[in-house]
Amino acid sequence: MTLAIPAMPLAAAPKLWLATAMIAAVVLLSTTGEVLTAAAMKSIGDLDVIRAHSGLKGAIRAVITSPLFFAGVFFLALAFFSLLLALNHLNLSLVAPASASLTLVTNAIAGKIFLKENVDRRRWTAAILVCVGVYLLAH
Amino acid sequence: MAHHTLTPRQYLILGLVAVCAPLGDSCLSRGMTTIPAISLSHPAALIAAVFTPWIAAGIALLIGFFASYLTALSWADLTFVLPATAFGNVIVALLSRFWLHEAISIERWAGIVLITLGVGFVAQGPSLTQHPVLSEETSLEESAAKEAQPR
Repeated sequence: MTLAIPAMPLAAAPKLWLATAMIAAVVLLSTTGEVLTAAAMKSIGDLDVIRAHSGLKGAIRAVITSPLFFAGVFFLALAFFSLLLALNHLNLSLVAPASASLTLVTNAIAGKIFLKENVDRRRWTAAILVCVGVYLLAH
Repeated sequence: MAHHTLTPRQYLILGLVAVCAPLGDSCLSRGMTTIPAISLSHPAALIAAVFTPWIAAGIALLIGFFASYLTALSWADLTFVLPATAFGNVIVALLSRFWLHEAISIERWAGIVLITLGVGFVAQGPSLTQHPVLSEETSLEESAAKEAQPR
């Protein structure tokens, strides 16, 4: 009987740790994918202009010949599979809102650091409002 | 060229980004729940699932989402486009309320209000960060690349 009492927190601890690690993996992989994809599209230039200039084929060629774009898609695919893995172990009502809303905040941080985007007070406020809003809506 | 104010066409693309992703997800979810459970030992069933109407429609919508998302990222900041993506959830929630007459809890209404406020905040600001030195460099690179390309 005395052994059963300490067994409970021991069993619960790795679960919380595992859930945090799985959600963190989804959030970090999708942020990496989004930032790489955004960097690729910025380096390619305005797709509407490219399409007006060299047609839809030219626009598609411009995208699929960008190594950065493939790096982004690779990380987005990894994020998708890590989401599937997380859904295999955790509830959808936890994983979907947590990963969707946390990704908004990590993207704002990564956008400022890596893409040098001007994330002013307006965009920070928006990222936090949308983050809480997505959590409430999806929960 | 950088756009401070968006053209109607660019608003249309942002609208497609917002609408296509949640509608595509809903189609996939509806399609996957109506077919019998698929086990990993029969992967061929997954390929057959792709050709059922709801799943095919979901995939088409998600391809449309990705194309318009990439287009939006080519002329707007990531931190500008992402809230627009989240606004799609509001559209779907409102559609389910007024079209399918589903009940929306107080928490969900609060979520709808917060996302709408957030999108309103971002939409008031510029859509693209100006990098004077960087854009000069990239335009030089671009013109060099164009010259190097065979016609």
